[in-house]
Amino acid sequence: MTSDSHTDGGAHSSTGLSNNKLGMWLFLGSECLLFGGLISTYMLYRGRVGAGPRPSQVFDIPFTSVSSFVLLMSSLTMVLAVSAAHKGDDRNTYLWVTVTALLGATFVGGQVYEFTAFYHEGMGFTTSLFSSSFFVLTGFHGVHVTVGIIMLMSIVGIMKRSKVPGSKAETVEMIGLYWHFVDVVWIIIFTLIYLIPA
Amino acid sequence: MTTETHSTPEHGMSNAGYVRIAAILAAITGLEVATYYVDLGALFLPALLIMMAVKFIIVVSYFMHLKFDNKLFSWVFYAGLILALIVYSIFLATFHFFS
Repeated sequence: MTSDSHTDGGAHSSTGLSNNKLGMWLFLGSECLLFGGLISTYMLYRGRVGAGPRPSQVFDIPFTSVSSFVLLMSSLTMVLAVSAAHKGDDRNTYLWVTVTALLGATFVGGQVYEFTAFYHEGMGFTTSLFSSSFFVLTGFHGVHVTVGIIMLMSIVGIMKRSKVPGSKAETVEMIGLYWHFVDVVWIIIFTLIYLIPA
Repeated sequence: MTTETHSTPEHGMSNAGYVRIAAILAAITGLEVATYYVDLGALFLPALLIMMAVKFIIVVSYFMHLKFDNKLFSWVFYAGLILALIVYSIFLATFHFFS
């Protein structure tokens, strides 16, 4: 085990660790409660389809599998960006951050397409308890991915103007932690919501 | 301005190591999708949940560096996760989800 986080700049707590990093982990811990609530609500209501379509009638598993793969690979490009940032390699940091943002945008685009297809198949937001809980859960996740993309594009712009307050590497790492968390949430959603039939 | 930290070998893994981790994750995802099409009988649910948990732990440990970082970060994150699991298990049990 190493505790290299205190070498990365930024304000430090009495533990010797970065306050920014500790704050980000606390935030991610609290996000578990947010997504836990949304996932539990979906699990409770997934069989309540009313007159609307059942999950198995609307879910397109091959399409969602490709989307999941894209998001998973964006975690790889993000960790490569963090690695490049720690090496002080700005060129590769920009490259991998941009690729991550593009992969994230592809995922969000796929989600928009999926939502549109569901709507045309008769599954609107208020069609049933299943559809409402599904759209709220996956929509919240999509918003998180979108916020991640905005952060990624912003950090590229800010870094290019050399206006990053504190350590560049730590800033990229904080965004990376958020991005990976969004990925692990999708790992759970993909299994529990898409692959396990209601 | 603060000094940048350059090339700390302790910070996570090499890039090749990350690519290997991603390949493992992709392979597990492939297996997960395969369970949707192959009838595993009673093994279906446990197999999917185990694969999901393995992927979760791999991303959190290696990509998010919890394995290499100070243990306090692990405690902070897993405290939130375990609290969520307890709270929502009770919530689902209250609504007879498991029965």
